[in-house]
Amino acid sequence: MTSIDRSRLPAVGADPRFVFPAIARHTLPNGLRVFTVEHHSVPVITFTLQVSGGSGADPDGCEGLVALVADMADEGSGAMSALEVSDALSRIGADYDVDVGGDATDFSLTTLTRFASRGARLLADMVTSPRLLESEFLRVRQLRLDRLRQLKDVASAVAEQRFLRLLYGSHPYAHLPIGTDASLRHLTVDDVVAFHAGAFHPGRATVIVCGAMSHDELREQVEDAFAGWPSSEENGSGRSASEVPLSSESVTKLAVVQREAAAQSELRIGQLSTSRLTPDYPALLVMNAVLGGQFVSRVNLKLREEKGFTYGARTGFDWRKGISPFALQTSVHTAATAEAIADSLAEIADLRGMRPPRDEEMSLAKASLTRGYPRGFETAQQVARSVAVMALYGLPETYFEQFVPRINAVTSADVVDAAARYLDPAKLTTLVVGDYSAIADSLRSLDLGEPQLQTAEF
Amino acid sequence: MTSLDIDLPFTKRTLANGLDVIVHEDRHVPIVAVNVWYHVGSKNERPGRTGFAHLFEHLMFEGSEHYNAGYFPPLQQAGALLNGSTNADRTNYWEVVPTSAIDRALWMESDRMGFLLPALTRERFETQRDVVLNERRQSYENRPYGMVMMALSAALYPPDHPYSWMTIGSADDIRAMQLEDVQEFFRTYYHPANASLVLAGDVETERAFELADAYFGEIPAGARPTTISNGAELPAEHRLVLEDRVELPRLYLAWHSPAMFAAGDAEMDLVGDLLANGKTSRLYKTLVYELRIALDVSAYQSSREIGSFFLLVATAAPGHTLTEIADRIDEELRRVANDGPTVEEMERAVAQAEAHFMYRLQTIGGFGGKSDQLNAYNVLKGNPGFFTADLDRYRDATRESLQAAAREHLRLDRRIALSVIPRGQHALALDGSAPVSVS
Repeated sequence: MTSIDRSRLPAVGADPRFVFPAIARHTLPNGLRVFTVEHHSVPVITFTLQVSGGSGADPDGCEGLVALVADMADEGSGAMSALEVSDALSRIGADYDVDVGGDATDFSLTTLTRFASRGARLLADMVTSPRLLESEFLRVRQLRLDRLRQLKDVASAVAEQRFLRLLYGSHPYAHLPIGTDASLRHLTVDDVVAFHAGAFHPGRATVIVCGAMSHDELREQVEDAFAGWPSSEENGSGRSASEVPLSSESVTKLAVVQREAAAQSELRIGQLSTSRLTPDYPALLVMNAVLGGQFVSRVNLKLREEKGFTYGARTGFDWRKGISPFALQTSVHTAATAEAIADSLAEIADLRGMRPPRDEEMSLAKASLTRGYPRGFETAQQVARSVAVMALYGLPETYFEQFVPRINAVTSADVVDAAARYLDPAKLTTLVVGDYSAIADSLRSLDLGEPQLQTAEF
Repeated sequence: MTSLDIDLPFTKRTLANGLDVIVHEDRHVPIVAVNVWYHVGSKNERPGRTGFAHLFEHLMFEGSEHYNAGYFPPLQQAGALLNGSTNADRTNYWEVVPTSAIDRALWMESDRMGFLLPALTRERFETQRDVVLNERRQSYENRPYGMVMMALSAALYPPDHPYSWMTIGSADDIRAMQLEDVQEFFRTYYHPANASLVLAGDVETERAFELADAYFGEIPAGARPTTISNGAELPAEHRLVLEDRVELPRLYLAWHSPAMFAAGDAEMDLVGDLLANGKTSRLYKTLVYELRIALDVSAYQSSREIGSFFLLVATAAPGHTLTEIADRIDEELRRVANDGPTVEEMERAVAQAEAHFMYRLQTIGGFGGKSDQLNAYNVLKGNPGFFTADLDRYRDATRESLQAAAREHLRLDRRIALSVIPRGQHALALDGSAPVSVS
């Protein structure tokens, strides 16, 4: 046994070579795009059906419609009742999940390879020919109304809801996918049927399949299940939220939602930034990593490791095709609310030039983004998710290979420049969900003007 | 249908200082998982000193003697993902690193096993005490139904039973902790003979053992702590009511059940699925789908080292009462105890168990990854090779064994029935419920 030298850390060797999975693209005669990816570690297969249009496609006054349509997929389809669909899913041990984003809705089904064709057919039936019965609609809508009622007591949900509204005003990205009590009550099963008929077409959808088969076999699985999905000339897809301009409303600097006797204040500080498709994307990722995108970041070190105000603080972008929000989020001890806000605002402002990222901060931020990158390609579900992002934003085939060099090319000056352009103290909105009576005086000392009192709208 | 060939191969050796080392090769992605379990959790604490094991976990990330500037930076610089967690029975720590950083991860992990205390200052300790108080506020105090598990733990177990308090601990106990307490705790529980190390992923087995021995072999052995074996039982049904900042009342039913890996443990897990997993499960179908008197229902076996509990939870739909819900639940529990599951229910349950064991083989690291599972089997079962035998417990379960387990363990007259109600609305609780308060 050799003795270990503890006087210095072992160096990290050269980054191991990693070959990103090859993606084969096809288009079926009905217009459905198919992306196949081989993944051979474990006999598991994931199908993700992505349909254009997420919560941003909800018509005005019908907030929550897209999520409700998505929710109805497993409430009966073709010859199967809702209970029979549930039984079929459990008989193949399927992991079924729906993700309603701002711009698209992803339906994913993971199962064992030996059940691949059953899984593909089931997913196809659920999404392309749901029964959409009124009795099931009324039940699902009621569950969502009751869920909204419960969300009023969840501080983080109240903060999410209010913050989107403060940033986006009347824009279609301004609401949560679940919608509101008023908008859900206004919906009928006819709205669901009409939206499904208008938006769910093979020409507006992509299937990503990743699993332990060859490309040809994977493609055949999708062809067998989805070839019968009729194409349509109709394109009643509704609006594309990413193209709707923002109305120019004045910035709310400081808003509070009262939560009596709350043990903590839930905070959001941020503003609208830019599209996921911006050429500044790599610089913004590094900027975020320095500021609050990881444990060793300015915001978390300040609020958690130095001050002990919180269990954790982080920053991030909620990316969309159109203009996307950037936010710092944390939950702090009530007594520390004003100081935590002041510290956060100072960290954001300082990154714009007062305190540019030091070499070791740049190195740490880039290393954590690049050296950890292959970790995201371990499971079929992870790979399918990454390829779904590629499909949504129309990223090039070389995207995975280019990611590390693009991040490594970002300089400290690029980060300062990105911060200067996208983090404007004059446009930052601070939202507090907390015990207003306990913090009102200290909030007034922040130089953010009189706090605007708000209520949660669920 | 033929059984799946499903296995989690490994090699195990024990170092001279008592550290178990387990290696599993998986070369698909150039990453390595380092996973360490210490066989200490909140059940090793004493009344009045609760929350200690978890606070200590935080201190393990603040630096050690030879790298005294935080645990995260050198690993984040290497592209690592890392975390740790504490529960009643164990504390775990893990890193997932690129293959090129395996030495660095082992250097860091071994330094905090062998050389933590010289780096531990009063200032770091006090800051992390505040962080933990904020974790408690965020995850429990400021969350709807967040204090329920504290009330249930205290109701299920007598005050001197180590499962009677939660891992997060009481706020008063956390505030009262002193730096001096840390020293004794570290010496008692954080040493090779009370730990287990797994290396999984892109590493050759013999090289992994060489590295483990080089980095951990020099750490002195300690004495194995004494095992804890308190028992607990409920002689009757206890009805309790807790007020909370919630809109809708919720019923929690809790029973004592077989310890992790004991006879009946897997059956109770399957009974949980039978009752409340998916739309076709007995209680979801009745309460939520057909009658619509509940918004949600869940049921699960919470398996633990010296005794488990089985928990059934349902939230009342607006306009419906917990009494209505409890009556239906009891009806279904009697049916399961009298008739057992159907053939179809057993088929579904086994299909799901097989699939989920396969899904568990997809990741090498992190919570629940292969390295974490090997350590769980090694520390809590004494056998890292228990994966396939564990699946067999589910494959071998029968209608009769589920019925017997439900009949024995889900007795209506030996349980906790806790009603959680919106503030001031005591009439919404089950009849005869005694108020409880937690802080």
